[in-house]
Amino acid sequence: MLKVEGLHAYYGRAHILADVAFEVSSGEVVVLLGRNGAGKSTTMKSIMGLVAPASGRIAFRGTEIAGKQPFEIARLGLGYVPEDRRVFTELTVEENLEVGKRPANPDAPEWTTEKLFALFPNLARMRDRPGSQMSGGEQQMLTIARTLMGNPSLVLLDEPSEGLAPVIVEQMAKTILDLKQQGLTVLLSEQNLHFARTVADRALIIEKGRIRFAGTMAELMANEGVRAQYLSL
Amino acid sequence: MDLIFIQMLNGLASASSLFLVASGLSIIFGVTRVVNFAHGSFYMLGAYIAWTLVTRFGPASPLGFWGGVILAALLVGVIGVLVEVLLLRRIYHAPELFQLLATFGVVLMVQDIALAVWGPQDLLGPRAPGFRSFLTIFGNRFPTYELFLICLGPIVLGALWLLFNRTRWGTLVRAATLDREMVGALGVNQRMLFTSVFFLGACLAGLGGALQLPREAVNLHMDLSIIAEAFVVVVVGGLGSVTGAYLAAVIIGVMHAFGILIFPKITLVLVFLIMAVVLVVRPHGLMGRKPSGPQHGPAVKEPLLSPATREVKMLGAAALAVLLVAPALLGAYGVSLLTELVILTLFAASLHFIMGPGGLASFGHAAYFGLGAYGAALAAKWLAAPMLAGMVVAPIFAGIAGVIFGWFCVRLSGVYLAMLTLAFAQIAWSVAFQWVELTGGDNGILGVWPAQWASGKVVYYYLALILCTAAVLALRAVIFAPFGYALRAGRDSPVRAEAIGLNVTRINWAAFIVAAVAAGIAGGLYAYFKGSVFPTYMAIPKSVDALLMVLLGGVQTVTGPIVGAFAFVWMQDWLVRAVAEYWRLVLGAAIVVIVLAFPQGLVGSLVAWRERRGDADAAEPVAEGAR
Repeated sequence: MLKVEGLHAYYGRAHILADVAFEVSSGEVVVLLGRNGAGKSTTMKSIMGLVAPASGRIAFRGTEIAGKQPFEIARLGLGYVPEDRRVFTELTVEENLEVGKRPANPDAPEWTTEKLFALFPNLARMRDRPGSQMSGGEQQMLTIARTLMGNPSLVLLDEPSEGLAPVIVEQMAKTILDLKQQGLTVLLSEQNLHFARTVADRALIIEKGRIRFAGTMAELMANEGVRAQYLSL
Repeated sequence: MDLIFIQMLNGLASASSLFLVASGLSIIFGVTRVVNFAHGSFYMLGAYIAWTLVTRFGPASPLGFWGGVILAALLVGVIGVLVEVLLLRRIYHAPELFQLLATFGVVLMVQDIALAVWGPQDLLGPRAPGFRSFLTIFGNRFPTYELFLICLGPIVLGALWLLFNRTRWGTLVRAATLDREMVGALGVNQRMLFTSVFFLGACLAGLGGALQLPREAVNLHMDLSIIAEAFVVVVVGGLGSVTGAYLAAVIIGVMHAFGILIFPKITLVLVFLIMAVVLVVRPHGLMGRKPSGPQHGPAVKEPLLSPATREVKMLGAAALAVLLVAPALLGAYGVSLLTELVILTLFAASLHFIMGPGGLASFGHAAYFGLGAYGAALAAKWLAAPMLAGMVVAPIFAGIAGVIFGWFCVRLSGVYLAMLTLAFAQIAWSVAFQWVELTGGDNGILGVWPAQWASGKVVYYYLALILCTAAVLALRAVIFAPFGYALRAGRDSPVRAEAIGLNVTRINWAAFIVAAVAAGIAGGLYAYFKGSVFPTYMAIPKSVDALLMVLLGGVQTVTGPIVGAFAFVWMQDWLVRAVAEYWRLVLGAAIVVIVLAFPQGLVGSLVAWRERRGDADAAEPVAEGAR
């Protein structure tokens, strides 16, 4: 569904991504694991067109998307949930969802405000609350819901567990599994291996802008050497 | 009592037009972060186009009049879209001053285009069909058209509120105001959104202008006079807040109306007082919030300022030597041009002093130049002061203004600061323009001649050269003195500078005063050089001249403004001679082209170019163009 090949990206002169390549198939949850600054967010932003990659090919359902505008990429059915949440602070919950709304997509689950309120009951209780008056966990739910309003077939979830209380992280894991059940494909970036384990089918490990490991979650859990080298602090 | 009531109504009526223009400005700024100087031009075009359409369609028939007004507003909206698509879309990532400058280029072009199409004479518009009668209120006759305008303000406010809060488009616009990039990542075409916002904003300005038709004659000065007031309204109301714009327009409109009763000479000073009070109590305006979310980063990549190298010092000495012997080689015209150039160099250097090291972008620096000139001229006229005394009065006069205006200005930053400096300059201009008994108004003050010994052109040139060179060198010395380091520290990181015990506000204030004094010296020299002073010395175009000189040369070099002043004076002299009649059009186009070609400024572009070229040796710090 998503195929990344030979992706290079720079910030000024700093080489952030070097020859990143991977694939995500329909219906999968794939996790991109790595430490802070390894290149996870830059990978996500490059796919979304928010960072211009210096070179490389990114194909989404057969369409080349490298070099396209973010809005064009989003309209193809790619959803993006940024790491720092970025809810519209002065807009209410319902208005935030309205901004994300897009026409139905034949190959993806169709979302409505009411369906999302059923998925995130917390949000249903604060329809008219401005984004600035929500807790971190609530904001995280809202950004995911807002992205789902665009009826994406693949969602890029950038570190959804970051800074959340353990009980919320658990809820988040349940939500992601729920979404997978409904046929959504997810590319997730994480530092939290425990969280990743509960949701992901496959894992990629990125370090210093290069993919160091690719395999199933089971393979990763069996390979203590790789985990020690790239994931332990 | 009844007179107060009538004045109140008058104030409310003028508030409506002001609100239409200011709300458009505010909406455009909210989404695109561009301060659209050309908004006053949209207002003026609205009036002119409406005049043409209404006279063509038949001013007597309601359809002819109202159809013309509405069509004019829509046409101005289309012109706004053209400006956005052809110009602004390409410079959304440029530093804000460049955007302001580019839109000022549009102002100049529109002025000449309007002059060519509609001619220099004022055009009287027809009265509005259906609103020609008067109502008698407390025994005073009050035009019904004014009542219509009074009602229109709140109606437009309500319509805008509904548009922004009850439609999907409005929700998207508010979201884009908060985080443009995220809106794009959610599948919204920002370009279309920006263009549509621009259309709405320009329509509002055009409507404001078209509705003036029955109230005042259409003229070529409508653009700059409304834009200064609209800036004040937007600053007082809070950038990006439509409700704030309405409140501020009402306050200012009403105060204006009363001011005419009480102090007819200095109505704009009243406006200034209101603004001052509001900004002291609420620095971000009545309804404004501290800007949140991503702001403009540091405008140009800033190389470190460093003292002149040996080569640059020698180059400077050589240039000075050339200037010293130049009169021997040039005729009278050449010496005159050179004198003007030397004076303007000091003017540019004084602006650079607060803009570069201070990071305070002033859009009204001509105020201090002009006040210096008026200081000298007033001393000569009313006190019969000799030239040297006049030249001492000049910087003092400008310095006092710097103390007062600066106190307010340094409390703000970014576009707020730019607008506030502009508003102050406009106030200084209006005092010179309106207080005819003291300043001679538009006729200026004549007969400001230098002393006998300095009356020769060459002698005066040397006098200017000595004073300006000394002042420029003094400014340089201050930049590299501990005070200059503190100033730059405050610019680069106000919080950290405060943390190590620097009082950033006070340092900026002091810098503002120093710059004002230096500009005042230049102004004093200019007054005796020209032998007369006029309000135009403090008008907006003069401020823009200074900005052009600084930006041409490069904000982040000490030598930049000097180079910029030479380039500018040469360019203007050439323009005026080559295309005498429509030089504004050409100058405006030149500004637009410069901004489009070098969106980071000449020096910024040079730095970027060097960086690209020198990619191999990443460790080598980028050398600065001119030190």
